[in-house]
Amino acid sequence: MGRIKLTNIDRAYGKTKILHGINLDIQDGELLVLVGPSGCGKSTLLRLIAGLDQPTAGTLEIDGRDVTKTSAADRGLAMVFQSYALYPHMTVRQNLAFGLENIRMDKAEIDSRINEAARMLEIGQYLDRRPGQLSGGQRQRVAIGRAVVRNPTAFLLDEPLSNLDAELRISTRAEIAALHKRLATTMVYVTHDQVEAMTLANRIVVMRAGRIEQVGKPLELYNEPANLFVAGFIGAPRMNLMPAKVKAVKAGSVSIESAGGLKATVKADGHKLKVGDDVTMGVRPHDLSLDGSADGLIEAEVNMTEVLGPETVAHATTSDGQKIVAVLNGQRQNSAGDTIKLGFDASKAHLFDAKGERVRSAA
Amino acid sequence: MSRAITFLTRRRGGRGWHWTDVFIWTWLIGGLIVMFGPALWLVMSSFKSPAQLAEFPPTLLPYATEQVMVEGYDKPLNLFTAKLPDGTTKVMAEVRRIGIVSQLVDPEEPGEIVKVNIADREPVRQVHFATENYTEPFEHFDFLQYLKNSVFVTVIATLITLLTNSMAAFALSKYQFRGRNFVLLLIVGTLMVPLSVLLVPLYSVISAVGLFDSLWGVILPTVATPTGVFLLRQYMLTIPDELIDAARMDNASEWQIYWRIILPLAAPALAVLAIFSVVWRWNDFLWPLVVLSRKELYTLQVGLNTYAGELNVQWHFILAMTVVTMIPVVLVFVFLQRYITAGIAGTGLK
Amino acid sequence: MSAGASLSSRIGAALAAPIGWLAAIIDAPLKIWQRATGTTGMAAFFLAPNMLIFGVFVLAPFVINFFYSTTSGNAFFLSDRTYVGAEQYARLLDCGSYLDTSTCREDLFWNAVHNTGLFVLLQVSLLIVVSMITALILNREIVGRSFWRAVFFFPVLLSPVVVGLIWKWILQRQGLLNSVLFQFGYEPTEWLTDRFWAFAAGITVSVWAHMGFFTLILLAGLQAIPRDLYEAAEMDGTKPGRMFWRITLPMLMPNLLVVIILALIRAVQIFDEVYVLTGGGPGTSTLYLTQYIYEVGFASLLRNPGLAAAASILMGAVLVVLTLVQLQIGRRNEKKGARE
Repeated sequence: MGRIKLTNIDRAYGKTKILHGINLDIQDGELLVLVGPSGCGKSTLLRLIAGLDQPTAGTLEIDGRDVTKTSAADRGLAMVFQSYALYPHMTVRQNLAFGLENIRMDKAEIDSRINEAARMLEIGQYLDRRPGQLSGGQRQRVAIGRAVVRNPTAFLLDEPLSNLDAELRISTRAEIAALHKRLATTMVYVTHDQVEAMTLANRIVVMRAGRIEQVGKPLELYNEPANLFVAGFIGAPRMNLMPAKVKAVKAGSVSIESAGGLKATVKADGHKLKVGDDVTMGVRPHDLSLDGSADGLIEAEVNMTEVLGPETVAHATTSDGQKIVAVLNGQRQNSAGDTIKLGFDASKAHLFDAKGERVRSAA
Repeated sequence: MSRAITFLTRRRGGRGWHWTDVFIWTWLIGGLIVMFGPALWLVMSSFKSPAQLAEFPPTLLPYATEQVMVEGYDKPLNLFTAKLPDGTTKVMAEVRRIGIVSQLVDPEEPGEIVKVNIADREPVRQVHFATENYTEPFEHFDFLQYLKNSVFVTVIATLITLLTNSMAAFALSKYQFRGRNFVLLLIVGTLMVPLSVLLVPLYSVISAVGLFDSLWGVILPTVATPTGVFLLRQYMLTIPDELIDAARMDNASEWQIYWRIILPLAAPALAVLAIFSVVWRWNDFLWPLVVLSRKELYTLQVGLNTYAGELNVQWHFILAMTVVTMIPVVLVFVFLQRYITAGIAGTGLK
Repeated sequence: MSAGASLSSRIGAALAAPIGWLAAIIDAPLKIWQRATGTTGMAAFFLAPNMLIFGVFVLAPFVINFFYSTTSGNAFFLSDRTYVGAEQYARLLDCGSYLDTSTCREDLFWNAVHNTGLFVLLQVSLLIVVSMITALILNREIVGRSFWRAVFFFPVLLSPVVVGLIWKWILQRQGLLNSVLFQFGYEPTEWLTDRFWAFAAGITVSVWAHMGFFTLILLAGLQAIPRDLYEAAEMDGTKPGRMFWRITLPMLMPNLLVVIILALIRAVQIFDEVYVLTGGGPGTSTLYLTQYIYEVGFASLLRNPGLAAAASILMGAVLVVLTLVQLQIGRRNEKKGARE
């Protein structure tokens, strides 16, 4: 129940292609997050799964059944819209009952499902009000409730938190996670916010320009981004990406050097690299420290520091103009103009070849 | 082009014709025929001669029987393809027709008259547009005068409407004064007393001010349109008050503000109202019918109706003049229709 | 396009000069007025022409109408008429049974009332159904939608005289309709001289002439319904029929109600195109209220302005009620819209 498979999905409008050859296997019961910058096609993909749009090529299967040509009404999926799309002329109760009436469920069953969902989502006191009388957060829960009562094969959520204010976003995020745990139903969740992706997902699909960049568990994407895009997209503050040249290749490690004073030896399988090749090295701001470490060193001049309390964020520039951000422990007193030496572990460095692909770590 | 085809053939349910698609395209094509057809038929018919108009069933295009000059006869004779008594068919000219017998001669050898039953002959016809249907009413009947009257009424009424409505709209949108709401309410009230309800007393008022049986009597009662005032007011409300304040600081008089700031800025709404007004006044019927008594003052609508109501209706003239009456509105339709539809959708139902 | 634009701007410039002088001439005395009365005085000035015309040609007649309806005689000058109180109204309303016109004193009036009532019922129903179907069709994303919208709107622009004559011509004995039916083997009928068909023709022709206008308004209402409501309903497994009844129609209802009232208001006053089409005949089978007022007030030899005025006031009362209902619905819609 709840297994969705996309095979070679294309979506084009005339000459413009929005999705290119998407292949995805969504497991039963997982919370899969589609994340990417705006325009990457994640919402389009969600709508294709829902049946509100048709692919120009490829097939879609739900639990082994080919539903590519089936209409949205018959796919047994439920969707939570970004704008909630609640029926303004119906009460909350009628909004929840509407879909169930469509499949001719008997009244007693409908009522029990509504009450169950109302309890779960704490909307019991609003059942007889109209959407126009509810706040944004309440409406959102009703929208989720409308999906929940249908016991769907899978939930589809289109940026459900984007219309909420920051505080509500955090609490609702936790509620959605709890709901998923409780219902154990497949959820396909679209967002542009990588923090939501990291906290909610069982697996994340990073998309860009209609293509899947990487699929994997959140920590897989964090620790082993498959390319420059994923490396820069996941994790905040953004990973520092610095161009460099290969200086030496040894078994299981690659030494690199850049004009700006970067010297590092990275644990990577460099058999495809030659001395003098262009590479990009990535190291996360949190992985930089002022304790000298032998694997890698960056010399840079501090532009500004942000003292946050437990940490200090240092913004610096190397001598060849490369900007570096480092998150340092404690309350550092470095000021603008100071030169600092930032060091990092070889195991924490990421290496990307000239095409932007990850150079795999040594086995 | 392929995109157009994709759109055209895109149907509900993806592949295959759904019954809703059939219904929709039937409705649309049917609508096209039913909405445009009658007007086209009018135009086609208006080019037919009276004889053609009496035919049943009527032909699509206007035809006229070909004629030829035959030696020995003064007037041109109609040509027919006739089945002669000896069985052959030949193109002959008709000299005269007595009852059901047609007397024909060979146009090339006009000597012998052959008598043929009218059922055995077919006129030789060619497409011919009887443009005299259009010229005669102007030359010999009063339609030129009617046309002038209609143009006069339409133009003058539109100008006055634009002026008075915009002045009133300006006052109601940019000035705060006691009784403003009352005035608005009053104007809304106008909607509740249409012409048909005021017909009798309006007639007496017109007589009292001495405008009975005059074109000004036709024009004046029609210019204070509530729709026009609301349309312009709605638009003027969106003109920032700061502009007016700045002009006042610049020492402009209120009239100058109206004339040189408000009017130019309200031009789009004025254009829409002008189009509405032209169509309304050109099409007015009941009021001119009531007010005008002398024939030479009739507008096209009234004149057309009078001629069409006569005992012996001369349809070939009526049809042609109907087309003429239709032309300005068709021009508005072709070039300006989107302003009207936008105007209606914009003001909703005011 | 640019040539045309420069031509129209040149014409505009040419016209602007004398108009500009005219405006400047007016300016001087107005400045004096303004200095004397302040900006509020200027507001009065701007309002004056419109309100003057309004007062003379709408308000005054409105009031005078009551005087007409309470006086008798053939004369138009009020001073030549004699006061009779409510007699004209009594005359109009004097009926044995309101359903049987032959028992009425003013049977012509009641004929007109019955005809108008039946006409309003049938015409408005047909009009709303046809306009609704067309609006629903136009609401879909079909190619060239603005073209199709214009197609249905075309007859709205035609003058009622033109409309009446076009159809009179088509419905002639030797007209287009008969010739088409003739192809299918039907004998030609005299449509406009048969009581039933003349009435039906009046309804059909007036629906033909006006449906485009109402289609436009309904279309605007349909387009205001957010698309994602339909999508949510689709995800809820809603079939098209239910989609219309539970989503489209309820969301459209406020707009629809206003349209219905507007159609009713217009239908009650029906005159122009049906008058040209059938002139009230055959007999009085297509004589409606407005024509009654026209005939009794002016046109016929036995004219009775007082009676006509009373009839017009009665009709006016119906219209006032309808208009008030429309305004009320409009106000309720605005409040509802603001709340959501």
